Amino acid sequence: MQEYLIVLLAATTAGFLNRIILLRRDYRQYPTYPHGQLTHLALGFIAASLGAVAVVAIAKPDYVAVTFLVLAAQEFREIRNMERESLGKLEENKLISRGTDYIEGIARVFEARNYLVIFTSLVTGAVVQIFSWPYAFIAAPLMIMVSLQFMSGKVIGDIAEIQEAKLSFSGTMLKIEDVVVSNVGLPEVREKILREGMGVLIKPKDDDARITLDSPGQRQAIIHDAVAILGTKVDVNEPEYMPMARKQIDQGYIAVYIIANEPDIEFLIEVIKRVPVIESSKGTALKAYYGRKAAD
Amino acid sequence: MEIKINDMILAIVTLDETLIRGGGCPVFIAANEEQQQKIGLYLSKILGGVVHDLENGVFLICGH
Repeated sequence: MQEYLIVLLAATTAGFLNRIILLRRDYRQYPTYPHGQLTHLALGFIAASLGAVAVVAIAKPDYVAVTFLVLAAQEFREIRNMERESLGKLEENKLISRGTDYIEGIARVFEARNYLVIFTSLVTGAVVQIFSWPYAFIAAPLMIMVSLQFMSGKVIGDIAEIQEAKLSFSGTMLKIEDVVVSNVGLPEVREKILREGMGVLIKPKDDDARITLDSPGQRQAIIHDAVAILGTKVDVNEPEYMPMARKQIDQGYIAVYIIANEPDIEFLIEVIKRVPVIESSKGTALKAYYGRKAAD
Repeated sequence: MEIKINDMILAIVTLDETLIRGGGCPVFIAANEEQQQKIGLYLSKILGGVVHDLENGVFLICGH
């Protein structure tokens, strides 16, 4: 028992540490609730001990136990459903929704993090079992670094240029530079939009980026993050100030307009730069042969 | 779950009733532009819709 104890301890600690590091309470305000964090930490601990016990079970060897551990790992699929369901439920009462694409992306990330935790504790445990315990101090940070690398997806700033744009009206049509956004009927609303509205153009760097930005789910994610940080003047009976993202259909760039509580254009640009590229919206045209041909 | 009316004309405010045909939604007739804007504003608040201007003296209040 004594010899396995050190393996279990090292592997579980490494895995749990990894989960804590991956569970950042970031600027997108998720997960904000202490209970949500506790749930994920508890599940992370279970995942870490699963990985640790697997090493011991193989070393013993007790293959029946290994089979049961594989079955237990299936449980982590539930995490995706759990996140999807709870975020989906919250969506109904949000003024500016996240959009299903964004929710799906978040849910997948939460699931994947647990597998990374299992993997971290598995590798750390194996290293301790095969060599000796000081090697855990090398294996664990290395695995955590690999996990962070895995989990750091692209952001909008990587795939597109973001620049300030001017809002104007031609008659009653609201325009951001040359992109027609919507029709605004009341003169006082038009004045307010011109006075307080902020516009930006998101110009894709290549064809992949253009297809990514085409996706309404990706645009909704951009709007959601901008509003989550800078606020919005939309209310239940004030849908006129609803932020919008529209495409310049010929050039393929996106024009975003928002009336925020904090009208700081430079921060709006920074926020949009940090919006994650949603997995399911990601364009892959340039990876296809004809896509590359068509691009030039 | 709350059920909302989306993408539909909820009301029309017009200066000239001859510009409107057909039914399906209430039509309010305003005497002048000022009154039209006021009715439009009230209706948008009451119905939770957005006021659109067809630029021919007809306002639509739409749910989006």
